[in-house]
Amino acid sequence: MATSRDDFVIAVRSAFLKKKDKQKFSLLTLLFLSIFVIILSNYNFKVIQYIKIGINEITYRASFLISAPENKIQSINSQIKDHLEIYDNYKNIESELEKLKQKELVNNFLKMENEKLRELINESIKSDELLAKVLIDKDSPFLKSIILNKGTKDKLKIGMAVADEVYLVGKIIEVNYTNSRVLLLSDLNSKIPVVLEPIGMQAVVSGTGGDTGKIQYTKDEYGDQIKSKDLIAYTSGQGGLFKPGLPVGRVTTDNINKIDFFSDFKQLEYVKIISHSIEEVN
Amino acid sequence: MSSLNKQSFINILFSYFPIWMLFLSVFNDFDFNYLKIEYFAFNFVHILIFFWTLKNPDHLGYASIFLAGIINDVIIGIPIGISSFCYLLICFASAYIRNITLSPNFINDWLSFLFIILLINSIQVTILDLIFFIEVNYPKYLINTGFTFLFYPIFFFLFSIINKKISFKLND
Repeated sequence: MATSRDDFVIAVRSAFLKKKDKQKFSLLTLLFLSIFVIILSNYNFKVIQYIKIGINEITYRASFLISAPENKIQSINSQIKDHLEIYDNYKNIESELEKLKQKELVNNFLKMENEKLRELINESIKSDELLAKVLIDKDSPFLKSIILNKGTKDKLKIGMAVADEVYLVGKIIEVNYTNSRVLLLSDLNSKIPVVLEPIGMQAVVSGTGGDTGKIQYTKDEYGDQIKSKDLIAYTSGQGGLFKPGLPVGRVTTDNINKIDFFSDFKQLEYVKIISHSIEEVN
Repeated sequence: MSSLNKQSFINILFSYFPIWMLFLSVFNDFDFNYLKIEYFAFNFVHILIFFWTLKNPDHLGYASIFLAGIINDVIIGIPIGISSFCYLLICFASAYIRNITLSPNFINDWLSFLFIILLINSIQVTILDLIFFIEVNYPKYLINTGFTFLFYPIFFFLFSIINKKISFKLND
């Protein structure tokens, strides 16, 4: 009995402390070092932040370069697919264009009316847009995020909205000097305040870790109101984080707690970073 | 003479294969996610580290594994140090198995691998969820662990061939 315990202790001690011929560090040293790094990364000291930013800068750039061949293959693959489906796409686009032309006329009128109404309550929304390239968009099964090539040198701040054309895709959660990380709407940790139109109900869109989101924190009568029609979720602007009115996704009557995002997060190449301010007009 | 030099250069380059693969996979997040098969994902790095630290630890240093873990954390966006810690735990487990095993057996290695990846994924999820309050998808972690376990024999076979070649070339 004592011998087997001794064997166990010897095996464990040897695994922790014994270095093979070409190993420079023992396992125990590195295990302690990694625990030390985990604890340090929990603190927000300036020095640690600068080191973190440095590591992020180097790693993101290196990953972008190393991923280049794989990205090229993927883009060729998607180009071939597009070419094969070109005729069907053309037919669909033609009919959609006609519908959009009709809608644009109505929208222009509503836009002007909205501006006039805002003037009446002495308010105007000013927004700035900045175009950014997606450096890394690894589709991790655990965290849904992308890396952009804009950072503090371009005056980016944590919390800014990121959109694919007009559709919201996420918000900035980490800013380095030349790059930043965007948490996508589909991530489990993403929570966005929205307004569901045309019923005008406030809700929160949360990520599921998959390709869709879920509607949370609605009023009790939400189920009754949605029965007959599809809903569109727009950013509500609650909390002042996002510009109000950015389209997020569509809620269908099939599953009223599920939201299909307008943007395909796997196809992002360039995105817009949107900052806004609500000003009073004198 | 020059062909001899060229040959030895290729041999040296080949002997660094596990390190190349390790860094390439953490930088590139090599897990076939781009196949877009729902729920399909596996952790290639876990297989790579377990195999090489078990069979031929001279070709995959602990310091490289520690560094790869740091890079992996930065790329996937989790607090720095967690992956390094988990990777080093795999190293510890494989070193322990190596110490207690007299005659290596594939089935024993495979089952030990399942136990180890279940343990380190549990540790990773616990750290993320309870310490850093990052919400994680438990079923996806479990499915990932399952696929990693299932893929081990394929990579075991491939890596064994490479390991034999490396050992043979260096002893040549």
